[in-house]
Amino acid sequence: MIHTSRTLDVDAIRKDFPVLSRILPNGKPLIYLDNAATSQKPKQVLDALTAYYELHNANVHRGVHTLAEEATALYEGARDAVASFINAPSRDEVVFTKNASESLNLVANMLGWADEPYKVDADSEIVITEMEHHSNIVPWQLLAQRTGAKLKWFGLTDDGRLDLSHIDEIITEKTKVVSFVLVSNILGTVNPVEAIVRRAQDVGALVVIDASQAAPHMVLDVQALEADFVAFTGHKMLAPTGIGVLWGRQELLEDLPPFLGGGEMIETVSMQSSTYAPAPHKFEAGTPPIAQAVGLGAAIEYLNGVGMDAIAAHEHAITEYALQRLQEVPDLRIIGPTTAEDRGAAISFTLGDIHPHDVGQVLDEQGIAVRVGHHCARPVCLRYGIPATTRASFYLYSTEAEVDALIDGLHHVRAFFG
Amino acid sequence: MKLDSMYQDIILDHYKHPHGRGLRDGDAEVHHVNPTCGDEITLRVKLDGNVLTDVSYEGQGCSISQASASVLNDLLVGKELGEAQQIQEAFLELMQSKGQLEGDEEVLEDAIAFAGVSKYPARVKCALLSWMAWKDATAQALAGAPVKESA
Repeated sequence: MIHTSRTLDVDAIRKDFPVLSRILPNGKPLIYLDNAATSQKPKQVLDALTAYYELHNANVHRGVHTLAEEATALYEGARDAVASFINAPSRDEVVFTKNASESLNLVANMLGWADEPYKVDADSEIVITEMEHHSNIVPWQLLAQRTGAKLKWFGLTDDGRLDLSHIDEIITEKTKVVSFVLVSNILGTVNPVEAIVRRAQDVGALVVIDASQAAPHMVLDVQALEADFVAFTGHKMLAPTGIGVLWGRQELLEDLPPFLGGGEMIETVSMQSSTYAPAPHKFEAGTPPIAQAVGLGAAIEYLNGVGMDAIAAHEHAITEYALQRLQEVPDLRIIGPTTAEDRGAAISFTLGDIHPHDVGQVLDEQGIAVRVGHHCARPVCLRYGIPATTRASFYLYSTEAEVDALIDGLHHVRAFFG
Repeated sequence: MKLDSMYQDIILDHYKHPHGRGLRDGDAEVHHVNPTCGDEITLRVKLDGNVLTDVSYEGQGCSISQASASVLNDLLVGKELGEAQQIQEAFLELMQSKGQLEGDEEVLEDAIAFAGVSKYPARVKCALLSWMAWKDATAQALAGAPVKESA
């Protein structure tokens, strides 16, 4: 991995992203502040996709012809890139999925169908948190409903952090799995992994970490996290949509049962029964998203070239600046931590009684793209007694000038609905 | 300016000073949500024979969804059901017109102000939230749904 540069040349980076120079139909230049929803793509990634389809397109792990071997090498090369990016002990621990939701559903289903000691049943407890994305709530609700297991969760403090004060009552000897988000997509909070992992390990529970908002923005080291599974998605980290990752510890991937059956995941098949390929292929039934994996490999190469530590430092500075400037806007309430400490670059807020839909619409008129709504984290909105929020989220190509434009835009919103 | 085609003064007036807001007695109650944004409305209809005597509502949402509920209350209360349904259909047609229709002011009155909203696909659902809730509540009232006491 290349982690050398300490500062970003944001002007040069922006030139790599064709869409960032787009002029919108209303004549305004695009100010893209919806990076927590999805990132834009650099031409290096777009070129990798085009080259794959123009030169190498074939199905993987099947043919003996030249294109099949090239496609397989590119696809498996992307797996190597991911393994290195997250410091996985083995490339065989990297399972390609279609997105983080599928990764999390895959874990929940593995545990639902597992034998002891992993099996989740009516005597088990599952622990999540109140700040999860719906993709890390609903799969566990489904598992709980289907097995009779009890679903428990950590609540939130008023300042947008996990309330761990009752950790020993929430994670107990009955807990089979603890699944939580590393960086909240709505609050921006970076959660204290170590305290949760320590307690989970004490009671022998598996730990699943949703790193969807972490992998694009910071150094992600699955060994340092000491988790059992880590899920994330490609499209938030410069890659195409349709490619996600589940990292799992090798012995777990060997022991746990497959979920989707089909081509690619088998060893031998008879009409009576089948045996399965070793991980990761055991969990990759059917033709995988090959070009998308190749695109993820190219995205990782791009991110490594810039340096994840430099990206994290840049985003921290932008977040600090944005938090300070947002708090100058009258009636603006930040939902989540109000300082940049232990915080990612997604900032949710309300603006007086003006509904986020209306905020987003008036900002759009000025070329500013933000997300409005409950951000697939409705329990957070319920917790803070709000129907929805407006969210601005930054990435490696975001600038202070864009923050300034957002602030001007918000003043305009207030004037419009004042 | 394009934005003004969506946020007509009539819409902003209804948003700031909603008509008929609050829950009152009804023959049926429904709760509808817009799952993409979290807008919610609880709506009751009161019928006297064939006449819609009240539409009462509570909810939270954007200016478009709130103003639309206010306009609905203005337009439909006091109407015979058949006429109310025609107005609802006319409003639905306007909102699905992608900016191609202006709306018949004789039928839709203030609701023609929403014509501009129909150009914004993400906001059409906001404008229709209360109207779909009304349609549902009326169907339930006609089917003899249990009467709810006012809160």
